[in-house]
Amino acid sequence: MLQGTLDVLVLKTLALGPAHGHTIAHAIEHRSEDVLQVEHGSLYPALHRLEDRGWIASFWGTSENNRRARYYRLTPKGHSQLEAQTNRWDEIVRAVNRILRPASD
Amino acid sequence: MRLSRFFRRGRWDDERARELDSYLHEEIADNLARGMTLDDARRAAHRKLGNPTLIREEIYTMNSLGFLETLWQDLRYGARLLLRNPTFAVVAILTLALGTGANTAIFQLVDAIRLRTLPVEHPEQLVEVRIVKAPNGRTGQFNGRWPMLSYPLYLKIKEQQQAFTDFIAWGSTNFDLATGGEQRHAEAMWVSGDFFGALGVRPSVGRLLSPSDDVEGCAPSAVLGHAFWQREYGGDPSAVGRTILLDGKRVDIIGVTSAQFYGVDVGRSFDIAVPICSRPAFVPNGGGLGKSDVWFLGGLGRLKPGISLEQAGAQLAGLSKGILEATVSSRYTAADAKNYREMELGTRQASAGISGVRRNYGDSLNILLGVTGVVLLIACANLANLMLARATAREREVAVRLAIGASRRRIVRQMLSESLLIAAIGAAAGVLVAQWFSRALVGFISTDSSPLFIDLSLDWRAFAFTAAVAVSACLLFGLAPALKATHTSLGSAMKAGGRGSTDGRERFGIRRALVVLQVGLSLVLVVGALLFARSLRNLTTLDPGFRQDGIFSAALDLRKANIPEAGMAATQDRILERVRAVPGVRNVTQAFTTPVGGNFWNDRIIVGGVQQKDIANFNQVGPGYFTTLGIRLISGRDIDARDTPQSPKVAVVSESFVKKFLGGRDPLGQAFQVEAPVGDPRPAIQIVGVVADTKYTDLREPFTPLAYLAITQDEHPGPFLQMVIRADSVSSAMTTATTRAITDINPAIAIQYQTMREQIDQSLTRERLMATLSAFFGGLALLIATIGLYGVMSYMVGRRRTEIGVRMALGADAGMVVRMIVREAGMLLVAGLVVGAALSFYAARTAAAFLYELKPSDPLTMAMAMATLASVTLLAGWIPARRAARLPPTVALRED
Repeated sequence: MLQGTLDVLVLKTLALGPAHGHTIAHAIEHRSEDVLQVEHGSLYPALHRLEDRGWIASFWGTSENNRRARYYRLTPKGHSQLEAQTNRWDEIVRAVNRILRPASD
Repeated sequence: MRLSRFFRRGRWDDERARELDSYLHEEIADNLARGMTLDDARRAAHRKLGNPTLIREEIYTMNSLGFLETLWQDLRYGARLLLRNPTFAVVAILTLALGTGANTAIFQLVDAIRLRTLPVEHPEQLVEVRIVKAPNGRTGQFNGRWPMLSYPLYLKIKEQQQAFTDFIAWGSTNFDLATGGEQRHAEAMWVSGDFFGALGVRPSVGRLLSPSDDVEGCAPSAVLGHAFWQREYGGDPSAVGRTILLDGKRVDIIGVTSAQFYGVDVGRSFDIAVPICSRPAFVPNGGGLGKSDVWFLGGLGRLKPGISLEQAGAQLAGLSKGILEATVSSRYTAADAKNYREMELGTRQASAGISGVRRNYGDSLNILLGVTGVVLLIACANLANLMLARATAREREVAVRLAIGASRRRIVRQMLSESLLIAAIGAAAGVLVAQWFSRALVGFISTDSSPLFIDLSLDWRAFAFTAAVAVSACLLFGLAPALKATHTSLGSAMKAGGRGSTDGRERFGIRRALVVLQVGLSLVLVVGALLFARSLRNLTTLDPGFRQDGIFSAALDLRKANIPEAGMAATQDRILERVRAVPGVRNVTQAFTTPVGGNFWNDRIIVGGVQQKDIANFNQVGPGYFTTLGIRLISGRDIDARDTPQSPKVAVVSESFVKKFLGGRDPLGQAFQVEAPVGDPRPAIQIVGVVADTKYTDLREPFTPLAYLAITQDEHPGPFLQMVIRADSVSSAMTTATTRAITDINPAIAIQYQTMREQIDQSLTRERLMATLSAFFGGLALLIATIGLYGVMSYMVGRRRTEIGVRMALGADAGMVVRMIVREAGMLLVAGLVVGAALSFYAARTAAAFLYELKPSDPLTMAMAMATLASVTLLAGWIPARRAARLPPTVALRED
């Protein structure tokens, strides 16, 4: 996985609604049709970092399996961040594409 | 990062633990739902998540202050480890402190005496002017510590030189501050009027001497040194304007110099400075100011901009002929005058001042610097050994910690911080050792009659250097095994301490090499220590030809007593009589100088009309001198009451004198003449007695031809009387009684005492310094090397316990085990001795100049040193061997 893309993927996942770590990890794998394999362990430091920046917030809740789990949700600051990073991502993809597939092709 | 998180990072970590735990449960539940067995589900979940401890650690560090935080943690951990193993800590820290401390101390001295520039304005411009070529030596009277120029010579150079903006002169002397009785010395300088101005020294109170103070026939005025002013006047500014009593004369105090100025003679300080023009007020015969054969000054010039030392030197060499021609002493004989004209003036670099101390102790300090350097090397080797042992012992611990997920960097850093902790404490202790030690050294060389002044602020550069060497040794050898430990495969490391291992020799390779190095270097130091000690012993046990115990001298200054010249001889006789009557006094006599007393008098003599090539030494003594000093009379008679100013001149001569000048003829009745300045009488002196040889100025010199003239034949005895007294005991009660007897006659007589023992001890200060210090360092090296060997041996024995247990279980007896271990130590010892013998062979040659009747390659010394090392190191091997052999095999086999 590309450096820094994990952050935006987590934000996007949380844009659909609050979730706990386990759900987020599987959701990312699932929605990428298993192309993006997240190392689940590395998710937690990322979550910590995002919370630290105030883009997401956490609370304890109860999971589908009736266990206590730590849930994360997107903050308003996270929303604008997601938008900005998505735009940035599009730019990068376009730029890379321009190089890989020139118009003359 | 929010600061609140930093302080609550412990609770935060708990939450992470629960969060990760909840992940595992979710994942396991999912896996079970997919139909896995519980075990598979667990394993798969763990694999999916990764190492939870590492994840928590990563988040924990995000919450912490990073490096600082873990450093603190590491240091705390290091301190705990050190406290758990205090012997190791103490040995390591002491080794480091002594190694760096001793080195810094000596370097400080070398720096203060040899390297540092004078604390004056632009010291780099200062050059000394002196006679650089004197093919046949200089003749005349030499006074003070640096008698390089005479006053007429100084004035002539000052007049003609073109290379300097200023040309100044100074000489050293002593003043007596007391009003009578036992003397109280102050160190003093004669200075030219422009001395302070040219050096840019500022007054802290009052004013300093200026050229207008130094004019012919001046009234003396005094400038005080800052320390003297603090000591004697408590730093009271009103001291300026008062008077001070110098040799019984009242002199006005005009000012005090700044605190950092101590003069230009490095290693000495001054209490009082007076202008050169005031010398006639203190020294008879006009202070020798008009005589070019009275040498008492040193000259310093400040180079003009753009002129180099060499250019100034060449210029002076060019001026030499004219200057010398203009200043030839009228008292010189034709031969002396010819020698004088052959001399040449030149320059010497003087930015670091001038120093007799440097000349006397420079080489000793260099050798000591080498010695402490070797001590530092041994200390480093020992530290390395200790660190290696420690790191190796922790291999398994490291493996365990790696296995549970610690990062390599973290472990290496932790081991490093432990070494750093030792290094820091050791270095701090080293600073204390250095300060204490360099002061002790200065105290050792300094005496009451010639106090030493050395500015000993801690030299941070030197300390930083030595500390850096020791700390690198610590770190390097602490780090290398740590790195190795983190790279060995976990499995083998975890097994390494297990049973069955005999620990191959190669594992100890570096440590053995280090021990061999330590033994070798220690041998060098022990050889050095023995050489110096045996040389000193040779000097103290040799027969100097005179009695040393129960003898003291009293130097009397009668100038303040106002005794008319006609009554001088009678007064001196009365003093001798009175002292003779003091209870406990056995003999009293007088002499111009006493053996090894620092004063000397030599001249050429004429035998049978022929001037002799060799120079003869002289003394002038009273009746009973030979009995008092226990010098054996071989033939003829002592000087006695028959010898008066009116009777024919007589002398008693030494055996060497007879051999050298009389060629075996019967000496009694023969006569000789002493070469005297032109115009002085040269009476024939008849030899009336022959005595055994004695040492003259120095215990180290061979016996020289010596003639004793009769002091009783002196026509005009001066206001000085040097008494030589033999008493039942030499004590302060004895000198007090003597002082009373003398001051009863006249209270203004100034007296200075010195015992023959002190006199001889002082003449051997350098030898004692070298012997004491090299013994100390040799002992230290031996101790450190022994600790090193002991450490290696007990460690090795510890690692081979199982093997020893097996051997003993199979029938080896205790003796065989001890022999096996001691043989190991013996091999290291022999290797060390071979290395050491080769090294000492070269090292000892540098000390050759310091040895008396001993060759640097003295085989007995080498044998003694080797025997010392062998016995100590074998003991260090035997103790752990004994311990191993006493161990019941069952215990050895069962443990671990």
